[in-house]
Amino acid sequence: MIERPTLGGGEAAPEEIADVALDAVAVNAWYGKKLAIRDVSIAFGRNSITALMGPSGCGKTTFLRCLNRIHESAIGARSAGQVMLDGRDIYAPGTNPIVTRRRVGMVFQRPNPFPTMSILDNVTAGPRRTGLLKGARSLRESAEEALGKAALFEEVKDKLDAPASALSGGQQQRLCIARALAVKPEVLLMDEPTSALDPLSTLKIEELMGSLAKDYTVIIVTHNLQQAGRVSDYTAFMLGDADRVGMLVEHGPTKRIFTHPGDKRTEDYITGRFG
Amino acid sequence: MIAQSRLEPSRRAQGLIGVVLTGFCSALAAGLLIMLLGYVIVQGWGAINPAFLTQLPRPVGVSGGGVANGIVGSAIIIGLATLMAIPIGGLTGVYLAVYGRGLGAEFIRFLAEVLGGIPSIAVGLFAYTILVQPFSHFSGFSAAFAFTVLMLPLMVRTSEEAIRGVPIAIREGALALGLPDYGSIIHVVLPAARPLIVTGLLLAIARITGETAPLLFTAFGSQFWEVNPGNPMAELSLQIFTYAISPYDDWHRQAWGGALILILAVLVLNVGARIAISRRPRRS
Repeated sequence: MIERPTLGGGEAAPEEIADVALDAVAVNAWYGKKLAIRDVSIAFGRNSITALMGPSGCGKTTFLRCLNRIHESAIGARSAGQVMLDGRDIYAPGTNPIVTRRRVGMVFQRPNPFPTMSILDNVTAGPRRTGLLKGARSLRESAEEALGKAALFEEVKDKLDAPASALSGGQQQRLCIARALAVKPEVLLMDEPTSALDPLSTLKIEELMGSLAKDYTVIIVTHNLQQAGRVSDYTAFMLGDADRVGMLVEHGPTKRIFTHPGDKRTEDYITGRFG
Repeated sequence: MIAQSRLEPSRRAQGLIGVVLTGFCSALAAGLLIMLLGYVIVQGWGAINPAFLTQLPRPVGVSGGGVANGIVGSAIIIGLATLMAIPIGGLTGVYLAVYGRGLGAEFIRFLAEVLGGIPSIAVGLFAYTILVQPFSHFSGFSAAFAFTVLMLPLMVRTSEEAIRGVPIAIREGALALGLPDYGSIIHVVLPAARPLIVTGLLLAIARITGETAPLLFTAFGSQFWEVNPGNPMAELSLQIFTYAISPYDDWHRQAWGGALILILAVLVLNVGARIAISRRPRRS
């Protein structure tokens, strides 16, 4: 089952992050003139799972979308601040967002397989279209490896040419995880990846996160307290202020945040007093 | 609902009148269409034979002959128009759907709407002014240009809507893999939007297939085999027009035959469009 630190048991993550893979420094983001998040700074440890937690509208998804520069693909959206990926700012002038997005993969809230493509083509789309791999053989091998990592290969190995839309919702989401892994990212962003799924599919994906953290730095947005507690090493709690501008309240090892929160608002949220 | 017994008698009477009135008008509309179709089939069926489909028109007074050059001319002119309308209309649709915010895009949408309402004879006159007059002779190409202008509004609107119909999350999924902007559109968004774009294209082709007015002073018509769009060309609906206003019975017969072929062509296009729509991939 899940071999991650869990509430009331397991080994707690250290308070200090020794090996930082991704470091967000004072990130602000706007939609048009509306400020959505203000000065969010979080460091993400290599091969750890960090949960971004908070009520709806607190800006956690917006912050996540700043970490692979997909936020700016929406018209009128912009951001400021630094995001250091292995010590280099992905927002530095001259940095290509396309390169960043290959290194920082993303899984979305609703499964979004490419509708006209087969299962295999969905997974090979990234390596094929970005020129990472050439040749049907190596593409297929890398696709099978990615499907294996996403714990989907056994279920689809006999129907790789079937349309992706024929899969169940949970399978589609694992397909999207495989698709993201196929371009060999270092960081994997997951935006409420189980909110559209049933409990069994959710369990499978939560189990999967544990094994993914061996190879990837995983950052997951969730509004589900239990999920944050179950899967993550670190938790960041965000809240919107009176003007609906999202801010970071606190960030630390999940076990400590859940048992000894440093901020009254975190405690209120965890104990269900608001939200 | 109307026949509920608890309603007052006056309301029931009103309801009944409504049903009878709307039903009668629906039957009238359907009946007129069926009559028209039936009449064309009855009149045109006799004219259609192998010679009609494969031979050139004969001179006045000589019976027989066919409209083969008109059918070929129609295919060439419509084909050329389609080749020009697909990239212009499709790419305009992409622009409007993906980048289309602000005054510029609104202006293009407004233009497309206005263009859709311009009488086709005015479009033909425009093609005549810029592509016939300067070269001092009629041409199939000028007809194709007029048809392109007539196809564009429908093409632009349907391709914009088709692309807008592809969820933004699908495109973001492609961007998140590190595909460039254009890559996400070409490899992911356009294939997903293709069935609806094809539908729009087929309907646009169906619309111009029945057009005659712009051809009067562009393609002009021809009694000969003419496959070079640089020259005046025969065209089926133009031939129908010429034959129909002639005083000869044999030509009248052939006009009906040509009309039947046109109707069948449009029918095929419409059925094709429906099939394309029904193949649209479903999003759960």
